[in-house]
Amino acid sequence: MKQITVVSGKGGTGKTSITSALACVIKNKVIIDCDVDAANMYLVLTPKNIVEESYPGGRKAEIDYELCTNCGICMDLCRFDAIEYVDDKYKIIENSCDGCDLCMRACPVGAIKMKQGFSSTWFIAETRAGTMVHAKLGIGEDLSGKLVSLLREKAKEIAEKEKNDFILLDGPPGIGCPVIASVTGIDIAIIVTEPTQSGIHDLKRVVELTNNFKVENLVVINKFDLNLEMTKELEKHCKENNLEIIAKVPYDKIFVDSMVEAKTVVDYAPDSEITKIIREIGKRITSD
Amino acid sequence: MNFNKKIVIASGKGGTGKTTVAVNLFYAIRDFYNIPAQLIDCDVEEPNVNIFTKGILKEEKDVNIKIPVIDTDKCTYCGLCAEYCAYNAIVFVESMKHIAVMEDICKGCGACSYACKFDAITEKDYNLGKVQKFSIDNNSELVEGRLNIGSPFAVPVIKFAKKQENKNSLIIMDAPPGTSCPVIQTIDDADYIILVAEPTPFGLNDLKLMIETVKLVSKKIGVVINKAGIGSDEIYSYLKAENIEILMEIPFDKEIAKLYSDGKIIVKEKPEIKQMYIDMFEKIK
Repeated sequence: MKQITVVSGKGGTGKTSITSALACVIKNKVIIDCDVDAANMYLVLTPKNIVEESYPGGRKAEIDYELCTNCGICMDLCRFDAIEYVDDKYKIIENSCDGCDLCMRACPVGAIKMKQGFSSTWFIAETRAGTMVHAKLGIGEDLSGKLVSLLREKAKEIAEKEKNDFILLDGPPGIGCPVIASVTGIDIAIIVTEPTQSGIHDLKRVVELTNNFKVENLVVINKFDLNLEMTKELEKHCKENNLEIIAKVPYDKIFVDSMVEAKTVVDYAPDSEITKIIREIGKRITSD
Repeated sequence: MNFNKKIVIASGKGGTGKTTVAVNLFYAIRDFYNIPAQLIDCDVEEPNVNIFTKGILKEEKDVNIKIPVIDTDKCTYCGLCAEYCAYNAIVFVESMKHIAVMEDICKGCGACSYACKFDAITEKDYNLGKVQKFSIDNNSELVEGRLNIGSPFAVPVIKFAKKQENKNSLIIMDAPPGTSCPVIQTIDDADYIILVAEPTPFGLNDLKLMIETVKLVSKKIGVVINKAGIGSDEIYSYLKAENIEILMEIPFDKEIAKLYSDGKIIVKEKPEIKQMYIDMFEKIK
């Protein structure tokens, strides 16, 4: 079984549009939307959820003012700047609290307890492109990396049971926690970039990350015709760094048009040039 | 008029034009009112502001956390440090008298040092990234947070970058995409949040998530619709129903896209767009 993650570094390069289209041309796979804090794949694959479960959020400290003696030990010890002293009271800044428990453990009068933060929900769903595992991170929640790891465990269980050949992952933007969780232990990273200065900058950083995990990097230049000189620069960079460019996709309105119809570009325009390119990408990544 | 405000440019979805709006707002307002202004790039995973501002590096600081070092001569293998660690970053096998710190997942909270009663834990710096200051023209500066590649913890780098703020100036911050913790850290003390959205189903979906997120910190918000003309009109009826102001609409235009792709500043090339930014600022100041 091969695991393939679509990443980009920079947001908005077309990861989800391309991944969901690929989902329609690659056979025998499980799909995961790893962009748990701004998931979009469900909008074009219109999944029917068959399993829905909640996932507990991070814990936050809470002060019981009946017991608090205003000693301030908690604030002195907190390294996340999550406790402030205002209006003669120590207060937890929940958005900063990391749930490390230190204040709770250190409070000499037991006035601090930990409470559960907002919880997330994860789903196993049926789509016309196959089984999909996805999630909705609790608003403001901070455990996106852990949630991605959970989705990947679930997908792997399904893929093993169903004897699937592939797991196709739509990654989040950036290079941080949820991205690391999306590329650890995969076989192929498809890097969707665009011919902009930001696109090149971000491609370099995400490749440096995926190289830590010894994966095969394959590059897709999306909207390549929006700036042909910059596309040349991207091609030069890829050549110098042994990055294989597997496709150049032109800017085309049909990506947005298909999204408006809640379809992937393959469903919406099966005979289009774009669909042909998507099929070629699908062939390339499933060939070896 | 008091210009000393913190304006954050955010969006749930990536690639909607956050950095474009942050940089162009900065130049348009700074030059029109001739005021001190500072840009802070809080998108520490992929900081792109300096691609446009092309500032000259003047200062660099490491962002470190303190992580434990266990002295196995003093350690009694009581296991309390591992018990205190909420991140499972200390591997302890009592039967084998084995104890080790997993440095890459330690968040440096200090609970293990607090737990150890035998002075067996000291601490060392562990680098997560850096914060750099760049001079840009007309005595302005850019503060950029940059997360090390491979480090999962963006929040300390964002916090450190924000600590460099110059309160006696207009501050414009470029937020990371998404709706999770790095975004909350960026927006939590803003005076105003500009949400940049595109009128597509993905754009609307993520704008809704972002508006829910912003409700957590209850700030003043307004929306910039970028790439207006693509997608559908659904975003307009949503914003009307939610009673959220549309601050500006930037049409989808291949010429603007080309300027952006070359790392150029649009308000310096197109005076009519500069005027749009000045008009927008009138609505929020």
